[in-house]
Amino acid sequence: MAGGAANGSDGGKAERFKELALPHLDAIYTLARYLLRSTSDADDAVQECYLRAFGHFDSFRGGPIKPWLLAILRNVCHASYAGNARLVYAADTGSELDNSQAKPIWREDSETPEQTVLRRHESETMRRLIGELPAEFREVIVLREINDLSYRDIATVIAAPIGTVMSRLARGRKMLRDAWIAAEGGGSP
Amino acid sequence: MNCEEASILLHALIDGELDAGHARDVEAHIATCPNCAAKLREFQEFRNAMTPARLLHTAPMSLRSRIEGKLPARRAARSNRRSVIKGFAVGATASALAASGLLVMVMRTDDERRILGEVVSAHLRSLQAQHLTDVPSSDQHMVKPWFNGRLDVAPPVIDLTAQGFTLLGGRLDYVDAKPVAAIVYRRRVHVINLFCAPAPGSSKRKSAMESLHGFNVRSWTENGLNLWAVSDINADELTEFGEKFEAALRQ
Repeated sequence: MAGGAANGSDGGKAERFKELALPHLDAIYTLARYLLRSTSDADDAVQECYLRAFGHFDSFRGGPIKPWLLAILRNVCHASYAGNARLVYAADTGSELDNSQAKPIWREDSETPEQTVLRRHESETMRRLIGELPAEFREVIVLREINDLSYRDIATVIAAPIGTVMSRLARGRKMLRDAWIAAEGGGSP
Repeated sequence: MNCEEASILLHALIDGELDAGHARDVEAHIATCPNCAAKLREFQEFRNAMTPARLLHTAPMSLRSRIEGKLPARRAARSNRRSVIKGFAVGATASALAASGLLVMVMRTDDERRILGEVVSAHLRSLQAQHLTDVPSSDQHMVKPWFNGRLDVAPPVIDLTAQGFTLLGGRLDYVDAKPVAAIVYRRRVHVINLFCAPAPGSSKRKSAMESLHGFNVRSWTENGLNLWAVSDINADELTEFGEKFEAALRQ
């Protein structure tokens, strides 16, 4: 175990890397899940991302590490799966869909458990609709709405000017909202 | 400004990404253009309907472990406590009493480390099993009584919504094979589990911040309770949570 591994400085570097990078695992994993078709592809891409990031950790110049990691993840996804049909999102598995269609067992007249439970169904729909967006719009939507990145950070991740981020976000939101209204039957999103 | 420009910039306005000058320009256009005003309202409503916390995917524990396993391990001196103990046992020409005292200390630390691991596992389980709450409610007066009869103590359930931590509900969980209360909060897209276990007769212990598997854990003892707050939010915010919770508890 620890014995054969790494001398002190490598261990120290790894500790520092883990401390900085691991708290963002869910954000990285989320982008991978939205970009790739299967969960196992997402697992592999995230692992590859962390190993690459660690390999290049010496060249990391400080500042927020989250966009840096997300950019690496995105490169991994594109390198491994570019031109491959897997770089599209597949609808959630059947079991998850079944769950979402089940009637909530909670009372519907109560107030806040309530929204939580009712929103589970809505969230499944929203996940699916985001997944159906074309990749260039999907990634900016995920980075902005779910991963909570600033425009500047999104521009870093997708290696594009801020103007591109803005126009894709505007267009992506419009597509998503139209799809949402169609899916929820013109309700009140 | 024309409608085409406004249709893009209104998103930046919603996101708070415009400087004062541009924000004024967009607002001026919207004030005179009912069409764009309606768009702004629609997208604001749509944005409110999105619940980022529910759209996030939680990485499986197996993936987390796999990644940690592939990175170089921490330095041997820090991790291999057993050899420390052995070293003392072998070279124990010195006071046996002192050595055994140290042994107890080392073992206690191991015990705390194990419980820390259990607390983090419980946190992860709650995120993955879609079983965050047994009693989902933002009303502390609903959550608190729910624990009656399920635990030996009444856990402190405090609504911190006004302080930026939304109460999501409560859950019964297990740590160290004993039932504990888990009180669940949300900060933006992040979940905080606050675990409370009875610790009868324990004296007040000041808080300690530790991290494991990329999660932060703030633990402290107060009012005969051991408390652990676990989350992936950064240490500063988790400290803020702990301090606000403690302050509210004293009121």
